[in-house]
Amino acid sequence: MTGLLALIVTGGFAALIATVHAGAGGTGFWMGVVATTLLAAWLVQRLGDAPDRGLPALAAPVAFGATVLALWEVLVLGLSVPMVLLPAPSAIAARAWLAAPMLWGDFAQTFLKAVLSGYVIGCGAGFALALVADRLPFLRRGLLPLGNLVAALPVVGIAPILVMWFGFDWQSKAAVVVAMTFFPMLVNTVAGLAAAGALERDLMRSYAASPGQTLWLLKLPSALPFIFTALKVNAPLALIGAIVAEFFGSPTQGMGFRITTEAAKLALDLVWAEIVVAAVAGSAFYGLVALAERAATFWHPSVRP
Amino acid sequence: MSRSILPVLTICAGLVLLWYGGAIWMNWQVVADTQARAGATPGLMEMVRLTLNHARPLLPAPHQILDELWRSTATLPVTSRRSLVHHAWVTLSAALLGFGMGTAFGVLLAVAVVHIRALERSLMPWIVASQAVPVLALAPIVIVALGAMGLEGLLPKAIIAAYLCFFPIAIGMVKGLRAPDATARDLMRTWSATQAQVFWKLRLPASLPFLFAGLKVAMAAAVVGAIVAELPAGAQAGLGARLLAGSYFGQTIQIWAALVAAAILSATLVGLLGAAERLVARRMGARA
Repeated sequence: MTGLLALIVTGGFAALIATVHAGAGGTGFWMGVVATTLLAAWLVQRLGDAPDRGLPALAAPVAFGATVLALWEVLVLGLSVPMVLLPAPSAIAARAWLAAPMLWGDFAQTFLKAVLSGYVIGCGAGFALALVADRLPFLRRGLLPLGNLVAALPVVGIAPILVMWFGFDWQSKAAVVVAMTFFPMLVNTVAGLAAAGALERDLMRSYAASPGQTLWLLKLPSALPFIFTALKVNAPLALIGAIVAEFFGSPTQGMGFRITTEAAKLALDLVWAEIVVAAVAGSAFYGLVALAERAATFWHPSVRP
Repeated sequence: MSRSILPVLTICAGLVLLWYGGAIWMNWQVVADTQARAGATPGLMEMVRLTLNHARPLLPAPHQILDELWRSTATLPVTSRRSLVHHAWVTLSAALLGFGMGTAFGVLLAVAVVHIRALERSLMPWIVASQAVPVLALAPIVIVALGAMGLEGLLPKAIIAAYLCFFPIAIGMVKGLRAPDATARDLMRTWSATQAQVFWKLRLPASLPFLFAGLKVAMAAAVVGAIVAELPAGAQAGLGARLLAGSYFGQTIQIWAALVAAAILSATLVGLLGAAERLVARRMGARA
């Protein structure tokens, strides 16, 4: 029954999209749109009752996303929304296909150079300082309130200064990423290193474990969930930092540069294509970190099935 | 808390010292070049004085930033285009309007998601996934699209701020509305409470701590959103416009002053929310 419904909805939207591309319209067309949308809503409702785990759980969000995409296409073309306002998904895809080499160049400039290097340096530095702070309680008590304060500040505003210091190329963007990722990592790692229970710590003492052994065998493992939280929070932050930093000046390449210049030229299909690239890169980055988390903290209650 | 005052002050003092050292070091070359061109050979103390009072330094010294802050807030009339209060107000109004819109939308969405199962199953994964998307990259599009519809100024910026802050609120609120455990819900059932009663008397109070956590994250995000929204549009006023103008004309002191103003603004707003949170918690009978 659900399968049949899915088939009808898919066919309905396919027919509607074909009609709208052929330039047809009229009352019958719009009645078709309403009917198909209602059927799609029913389908999503039915899929929502599927089991919580595994592949069936993906059916509802996938159906919902596909419906939104199809409606977007039909409505934008059917109502002939101007491109400046919202380009149709097909137009975005076509433009992305044509501009693929350029998009790849922007991706390499922003993501592979600036985001990745800045992310590694920022997270690494935050982690290192947290290790030091864990050994020096005075430093820890001083750093934690400051680190929490920084979370409330618009760190990305430092971008124009760093662009001035490190030049227009990717180094300045990486520096912004470092500034943005450093503090979440520091605060989370410090909290994580303090998370090991007093009982376990006493046990390590009674074994006469050295500070290094305690760190490696007890504190780091118990800090892993916190560290991965910071790594996950930092993944989209890093991308945002690099893109916003490019608003302040960049070589003639990069995702943030492309978005601002093409938006000024009203080439919104290209801007949307760039957004899609950013979205895919951001989600993939986040997903990879989440996968690493599952592999590294398989023992943690939130991961265990 | 009082135990951490001394360490915090020590670290702050260390940072200020480091800053002065950095200012001397970074501005040294510029000052040395100008002096050499002028044929002057200043002594060490004179060099230090010059590096810390350069008009367009690579890194301004803290007292220069404070001086600029004071000059551009207290000594100029608020209506002046060079007054930082004026620019801060432009950004603050956009951030607050966006925060209000984002909060309303986020809370409504959370209530809908908690009560409509299909919505939760189909929409929630997308909301979570969209957290990994660099939303700020959308800012230029929103500005251009709304500009094409004739909307300019406050509203586009507020919409970007709202877009940034509705995620943390919606996510926190959903978690909070789900916080009451089965025992509490069963108790409401044995009293044959209606769904509305369960919502107002159980779910909503239970969600408040989560809501406030989300609100604080959202407030900081709203300020960032309002500032960044001013960048691509080439806005004339606002802290973001000050940052951009400063970076075009190499006015580093102006950039730093705008940055500090933004930081004070953001920290104050988040602090106010924290105070409101404690007030509400006390009214609800939490231990201080």
